Amino acid sequence: MQGNTACAEGALAAGCRFFGGYPITPSTEIAEDMASRLPKMGGVFIQMEDEIASIAAVIGASWTGMRAMTATSGPGFSLMMENLGFAIMTETPCVVVNVQRGGPSTGQPTMGAQGDMLQCRFGSHGDYSVIALSPASVQEMYDLTAQAFNLADRFRVPVFLMADEIIGHMREKLIIPDSVTREERKPLTKGDLPFKASNDLIPGFPTFGKGYGVHVTGLTHDERGYPCATSPTVHEELVKRLVAKVELARDTIASSDIINPDAKTVFISYGAPARTVQQLLHDLRSNDIGHLRLKVVWPFAESLLDRFPNAESFIVPEQNMGQIAREIERHTDRSVIPVPKLGGALHSPAELAGVLENLR
Amino acid sequence: MTYADWLREDRLPHIYCAGCGNGTVINCTLSAIDTMGWRKEETVFVSGIGCSSRAPGYIITDSLHTTHGRALAFATGIKLANPALHVVIFTGDGDLAAIGGNHFIHACRRNIDLTVVCMNNMIYGMTGGQGSPTTPTGALSTTTPYGSNEAAFDLCGLASAAGANYVARWTSYHVKELTHAVRAGLESPGFSFIEALVQCPTNYGRRNKFRQVIDQIEYFKSHALLVQKADRMREEGKEIPSDMFVIGELAKRNRPALGVQR
Repeated sequence: MQGNTACAEGALAAGCRFFGGYPITPSTEIAEDMASRLPKMGGVFIQMEDEIASIAAVIGASWTGMRAMTATSGPGFSLMMENLGFAIMTETPCVVVNVQRGGPSTGQPTMGAQGDMLQCRFGSHGDYSVIALSPASVQEMYDLTAQAFNLADRFRVPVFLMADEIIGHMREKLIIPDSVTREERKPLTKGDLPFKASNDLIPGFPTFGKGYGVHVTGLTHDERGYPCATSPTVHEELVKRLVAKVELARDTIASSDIINPDAKTVFISYGAPARTVQQLLHDLRSNDIGHLRLKVVWPFAESLLDRFPNAESFIVPEQNMGQIAREIERHTDRSVIPVPKLGGALHSPAELAGVLENLR
Repeated sequence: MTYADWLREDRLPHIYCAGCGNGTVINCTLSAIDTMGWRKEETVFVSGIGCSSRAPGYIITDSLHTTHGRALAFATGIKLANPALHVVIFTGDGDLAAIGGNHFIHACRRNIDLTVVCMNNMIYGMTGGQGSPTTPTGALSTTTPYGSNEAAFDLCGLASAAGANYVARWTSYHVKELTHAVRAGLESPGFSFIEALVQCPTNYGRRNKFRQVIDQIEYFKSHALLVQKADRMREEGKEIPSDMFVIGELAKRNRPALGVQR
């Protein structure tokens, strides 16, 4: 099965019943599959007039209690940024798939890239935190999409599936599980203030149409949900909670594969470049090279670096100019070696072997 | 029940300036809704950004105060995901016709079952009086200090051409007619667009020779031309004076609609 189709199937298995989208290469197959499948399952597919409207419709649908998602690529992702900030501020669960292509601008529509990894973390205005997953196989396009809905509902944030053209258009075997675990949104207890969080920092969700009478605004709001845009303390407490509810849970959200934790030289990868690292390790048949493969990139769980106590160097191959290498550098005093690759082709095993050679 | 039963009293007083026409439109809309026999829990208000868009915050139902221009796209998601909900949108000329223009024409084209009440004050009020797509040619604003040199949008003409099932224009002077028009829009399946011209004494009136609030309301009264009369004048070959504007029910039809509950 193709990666993009696996993504759509994973979403449907997770109970996604609303898709609002706009065609864009290389993500379009996800919209096409949802257009074909959703109406037969009692769901809603709508092709909106642009990506701004697509994410808006998804957020609106989410407030009726529905699991909702959209899929796009770089230019559409850029258009979504303002409304993603609205989803963050209003704590609206939703899933956004970005099948990344080469940028800036129209760039390389049919070529893979990982150039939006910082945009998904920082692209909307203001301070916030989000969750971003990175699939490295068709199987993970299915599994991580399903997981994205659980994380979105649990943390009440947009969750990004940061795929890329290579994984999206790749075809390989997919094992469809009999069922996927579904974590329901915690409902608001009647009588509680709609934006007052409990100990987990996440308020219960007041679904529209259930009699809560909740006012939801992108303005800074108090625990009643009422606009309160000029109080320094209300704003500071709200933004700090929005960041903390994700960042304080980063070790529980984290998901990764760890190979050869005693190694002195460790590759850190996510998405398509992970496959080159896996091939290299397979070819070398050596226990001296470690590999940390991130399935969750944001929030970045720096404790994962401590799982490699002997590591002297972290080698970070990415299909960008070193976006996550920069984050890793921030958390360690060990040597971090970015291996940027632009243009759409994967790193070859020989290229990564060359990096190891230079270290000797 | 009356319109007052729909207000969120712990949010009052509101932010509107003295003499603002928006309160009249909110009153007319809630009065119309009150006659529909809708329950509060099945009614949702959606808005974008601007003075008009603050209205849902004063109403007791579920409400979504969204980003600038995008209210209709958010409302489309709500309505399609749960067609049992009655979805009413408050918007303004800048929100709807400038930044939200594309969403407006596509919502009309889809003829999605939403009711849109547009408070057209012909100015950006909240940001201090800049020109909008409905600022009349020649009118003064902070960004048209020598008089607007652009043509103004005919919002109702736009909605009609793009396919809305119900289109009407009234003003803050025509309280009863406006209430009836909102009611007709709420009853009509498909996209209903009700434009209400409103006075903005703070940012439009004082720059455009309406020294008192009542002056602009008087202008609405004296320069409004009922659509039946306008049609008759056209038939008789008479020219409609350029400073007059047409009011009344401008479109009512039964195109197939999206989002109507089966």
